[in-house]
Amino acid sequence: MSTISRDEVAHLAGLARLAVSEEELNTFAGQLDVILDAVARVGEVAADDIPPTSHAVPVTNVFRTDEVRDGLSREQALAGAPATEENRFRVPRILNEEA
Amino acid sequence: MTSTTSGPEGSGPTELTGLTASELAAKIAAGEVSAVEVTRAHLDRLEALEPAVHAFLHVDREAALAAASRADEERADGTPPSPLAGVPLALKDVLTTTDMPTTCGSRMLEGWTPPYDSTVAARLRAAGVVILGKTNMDEFAMGSSTENSAFGPTRNPWDTDRVPGGSGGGSSAALAAFEAPLAIGTDTGGSIRQPAAVTGTVGVKPTYGGVSRYGLVAFSSSLDQAGPCGRTVLDTAMLHEVIAGHDPMDSTSVDAPVPKVTAAAREGATGDLRGVRVGVVREFGGEGYQQGVRDSFRAAVDTLTSLGAEVVEVSCPHFEYALGAYYLIAPSECSSNLARFDAMRYGLRVGDDGTRSTEEVMSLTREQGFGPEVKRRIMLGTYALSSGYYDAYYGQAQKVRTLITRDFEAAFAQVDVLVSPTTPTTAFRIGERVDDPMAMYLADLCTIPSNLAGNAAMSVPSGLSAEDGMPVGLQIMAPPMADDRLYRVGAAYEAARDAASEVPLLDRVPRLEVA
Repeated sequence: MSTISRDEVAHLAGLARLAVSEEELNTFAGQLDVILDAVARVGEVAADDIPPTSHAVPVTNVFRTDEVRDGLSREQALAGAPATEENRFRVPRILNEEA
Repeated sequence: MTSTTSGPEGSGPTELTGLTASELAAKIAAGEVSAVEVTRAHLDRLEALEPAVHAFLHVDREAALAAASRADEERADGTPPSPLAGVPLALKDVLTTTDMPTTCGSRMLEGWTPPYDSTVAARLRAAGVVILGKTNMDEFAMGSSTENSAFGPTRNPWDTDRVPGGSGGGSSAALAAFEAPLAIGTDTGGSIRQPAAVTGTVGVKPTYGGVSRYGLVAFSSSLDQAGPCGRTVLDTAMLHEVIAGHDPMDSTSVDAPVPKVTAAAREGATGDLRGVRVGVVREFGGEGYQQGVRDSFRAAVDTLTSLGAEVVEVSCPHFEYALGAYYLIAPSECSSNLARFDAMRYGLRVGDDGTRSTEEVMSLTREQGFGPEVKRRIMLGTYALSSGYYDAYYGQAQKVRTLITRDFEAAFAQVDVLVSPTTPTTAFRIGERVDDPMAMYLADLCTIPSNLAGNAAMSVPSGLSAEDGMPVGLQIMAPPMADDRLYRVGAAYEAARDAASEVPLLDRVPRLEVA
């Protein structure tokens, strides 16, 4: 079922925003292949009519009462930021065209 | 447990560090010793042993002594906030704390101090429990050896060439080294129970939803569960009652009374298990299990029988697919949860030199901030969730999860608790499995089903393996919200185990070289 190629690993890394090196691609391709072979055993179970479980306990949406409460202050929210500017998170450019 | 002799170099537990949490709590409550003295004794021992063990990532001596001093004042005022007031504890570094960094063992969060306390930390503080520091762990709780920590491995106090289990190896090692009498772990696939088993300590994964996940940095949200760790079943029960209970800040928190686990531990310690039905899981314990683990398990089952329990064999036919289902579900949830580490709002940022786009900075940061196991799981999860593979992998794994839950329901219709070995082997050597992910994953073979089904489970030490002298764990599993059964059976077994042995188990931990 598996046999995951180096190109597929590179594609996955791109999707997951991981800039993996050439050497890592080789290592991960081999390791992911072994892991996928092992986990693919779940396919041996006949489960066509079995409902999936996403959570061990029944989960229902939980609402709190609609009242004003203190949240984090601006200083607290920004305290761990790698870069800030004018009391905001500063991020690198998000568009590719020239500014 | 009695204290062991202390050598002139102080490498054995001292009079105070050798005591259990319940003994310390009683002495503090009676005014025989102050919380400050107890805390100082643990800090001194910890500082001497850490070069050999490396259980902690952060220790805050001043804050711990200040918390102990507050506990002493409250006792003097006649208002101790809980039965464990003044007792020190080691907190896994995956639970947020406002006064100490929370790194999850990752470069991604190196030096980050969260803006809010996890509910677990807040409840510990409110109970007067003294937090000594934050313990080492596999990065983002992914691993079974603590070797995946970005800050170096933790060593097993029983043999410092071996791993202390994982992901919560820092917490288990701190207990076994008598650096702390109590610890907190988190268990997604066995990260409380497997470290407990390989260090001769007690660890409990409560029922899913039994302890709040608020402030627990998420790895796999439908499986993650924080829980108590100790050197005795009673200590673990007392800690369980401090941290458990409904929390409106966690939408998956169970809104029901906390099981009476301390009372159950005390009842169990009387040693009578008549009327208790125990099921031995047929699928766990045969081929592939170390001989010493099999022998120890068989002896533990005989002990349960001698205490009056009715022991039968039970089959859980889908448990053999649990490992596969887990390594699809957990990486899938992980790939989603760890998307939050985007280098924008907190944590590491790499390569932001004005020439790179947000996406490039994100990718470089995640490349340098995450270790190999985290990357493997993110990619595995991304694969399992991608179109074309979803039904065969993630979808099928969710159906297997249903079948495993049904296996448990059928088993618990026949018996009160299930038992198995906690792990197939004793602690392996540092470096032995680090390049073989599947071999590492097998360490969680027996613990994973309880995460998938959300039921409660404990590991309690069942002695030492004959071939290597390393600790073995007995796993006890109970239905959801019947956590008290774990403590009753675990305490009964623990009392019988120590009565049958000349030296209590943890008094046999070797002395460590003091740096």
